[in-house]
Amino acid sequence: MDFGPFLFLATLEGLVQAAVLCLTALGLSLVFGVMRVVNVAHGEFFMLGAVLAWWVTGWFGGHPALGFVVALALAPVLVGGIAWAGERMVLKRVSYDPEATIVATIGMLYIIQQTTLLTFGPDARPVEPPFYFRVQFPWFGYSGYKLCVIVAAAVLLLAAWFVITRTRLGLVMRATQFDRETAQNFGIAVDRVYAMVFAIGAGLAAAGAVLVVPVQQAHYLMGGDPLLLSFIVVIIGGLGSIRGTLVAALLIGLCDGIISVFFSPTLAKMLSTLAVALVLVFRPQGLMGARQRG
Amino acid sequence: MSRRPVNAPQSPARRRTLKTLGIAGGAAATGLAPTLFPRAYAQSEPIRIGAQFHRTGIGASYGRWYERTATAAVKLINDEGGINGRPLELVVEDDGTDPKRGAEVVEKFATQHKVDVAYGTLFSHVVIGSSPRAGELKLPYVVVSEGYHVASGALNRYVFQPGITDVRSQVISMAPWVTANLGKKVTMIFPDYAFGHDHRDYFSQAVIALGGEMLELIAIPPTESSFTRYLPRIPSDTEVLYHVMVGPGVLTFVKELGEHFGSNRPEIFGFIDSLEAVDLATPQLEFLEGTYFWEGNPRYAQPDQTEHDKFYRAAVGVDDNGASVNDPKDVSTYAHMFGCWETLFIIKQAMEACNYSGPADRGAFVEAMEALERFEEGREHPQGEKVFDARIHQSFGHQFISRVKDSRLEVVHRTAIEDGLYEAEADYTTMAL
Repeated sequence: MDFGPFLFLATLEGLVQAAVLCLTALGLSLVFGVMRVVNVAHGEFFMLGAVLAWWVTGWFGGHPALGFVVALALAPVLVGGIAWAGERMVLKRVSYDPEATIVATIGMLYIIQQTTLLTFGPDARPVEPPFYFRVQFPWFGYSGYKLCVIVAAAVLLLAAWFVITRTRLGLVMRATQFDRETAQNFGIAVDRVYAMVFAIGAGLAAAGAVLVVPVQQAHYLMGGDPLLLSFIVVIIGGLGSIRGTLVAALLIGLCDGIISVFFSPTLAKMLSTLAVALVLVFRPQGLMGARQRG
Repeated sequence: MSRRPVNAPQSPARRRTLKTLGIAGGAAATGLAPTLFPRAYAQSEPIRIGAQFHRTGIGASYGRWYERTATAAVKLINDEGGINGRPLELVVEDDGTDPKRGAEVVEKFATQHKVDVAYGTLFSHVVIGSSPRAGELKLPYVVVSEGYHVASGALNRYVFQPGITDVRSQVISMAPWVTANLGKKVTMIFPDYAFGHDHRDYFSQAVIALGGEMLELIAIPPTESSFTRYLPRIPSDTEVLYHVMVGPGVLTFVKELGEHFGSNRPEIFGFIDSLEAVDLATPQLEFLEGTYFWEGNPRYAQPDQTEHDKFYRAAVGVDDNGASVNDPKDVSTYAHMFGCWETLFIIKQAMEACNYSGPADRGAFVEAMEALERFEEGREHPQGEKVFDARIHQSFGHQFISRVKDSRLEVVHRTAIEDGLYEAEADYTTMAL
């Protein structure tokens, strides 16, 4: 294949990856930004979203699109509910202590993963895309659904952006992130905001997973890659900075796609990890992160 | 956080919960080690086979069917009197499709379960990871793994692969057919670990020896979940695309191959591994019509099906489409799992030959295995006859090339055993026991 079409395909692949990564990493970034909790179980919420999508689409007969739309609405809510319960039962009890929450979320990771293994089983299961068509470019064919994933993720991101910047809920979240104690003094139920943010974070990961599961498959071990990439994105973008997260997700997603196509996916992962190391050494607050308030 | 003195009485509810958990755990443990022998044997100690299977991890669909096949073979052996008058018992442990865990499982077999023989698993990295421990513990380890690692001489005297042909033999036996019927300019896509490297090395060699040309070798990590990015590397003058993939992403791989090519595809020759345990009638796989697959054993019952295949299929619980008789969506790993069935009968044969009585006879068992030469087609060997090369602990059998027609596989060519023979590069029998 010539260089032009090759680059075009690489960019498409990168965009799909970046779109899903934006959603997943945004969830992780919100949780860290507002709660100061490093959520190691984030990838498992992603996996749960994919597995629930499989359940829901299985319940609905008829046209695959019907089940898929219901899954896209339902899976994030269910996953958010599970995250909410986990937050109330575990994170709140350890008083959001930074070390304790890391260990606690590692525990959640295993509980969620192994429960899925016991119920859903060890097999990879396909979810039918809501619609299927093949876009034939002059040089290669490409899944039409994948192109729609980019659009759908962009719409979801806009919605998230709107909630965070234009609604009361978003204001309360930002206030809590800015200064927890002052927020509390102004009568904000910080405790409830935490639970809500943790649920929303998990829900965003689940939404990303529902979008991507028709082009991958639901599998109980699928949470590892999104977790790693989300951490990379959040660290490069700046912990807690939403704009930084989105920019870094686009950057990492595109680079990963392009380097994977031209060289090898392993090299792409190596370079992203190197970028993390460089950012941590030379700009610990991330590309767009503000310095921690003392 | 509240602390409770260590000796404080537990609340009844808590105790009840623990009790229920205990019962559930006990039941689960029984399920983990199915004991399958009728009452007649109540007096004699069973012969215990430590079965290392991929119950979880990326090889789980193989593991599920390996276990079903082994269980069916054990039942048959026990119904017909066991081995040396003793019943056979499978002790199943999950290796998680993980080499480190595989070695631990082998160790557990030897020291904790005290099994007579270890028997097992598919993925080559697990076998390669487990074998050294089996050798150190002097525990015979009889695998159904397909890779060339046993025959290469890289392992040790306690490791055998008598129930399935190795990859090197498989690919050299089929290369002449592929180059003669499909084309000579070949691009390969394979998983980037030992099993895939066997394909890369020996198929390439064979194609070049036949006057063909390898255009591109595309290695993909076995845990990969998205493949589109690799496909542009397929050169446009490729005549034959050779693919073999494993792991949970296989269906995605084949679908993305279809998206990439559409109707304008080269000839495609794949190892059924790329679609093992996957229904060929899945949407988006239509482009596979007219492509070819290697099968170790034909998934779909063929018009000339032997009575042995019929018997074996029924015993394991597989229908004429290669799916479970209980669930048509639960497609088997039919091309590989026959090896588990045949291997158990080979273990039986060797144990009877050396009048095996317990772990002290493990050395005699190894020698009895090395005295085997040939397995005739029959109920014990439904896939077909095999010759066994004791020097490299490896069997050689027939291979099948099948064509996709109406979302089914039709056998178009069956290789001869001679097609897959190669000069042995090692001799395990000279190693100390």
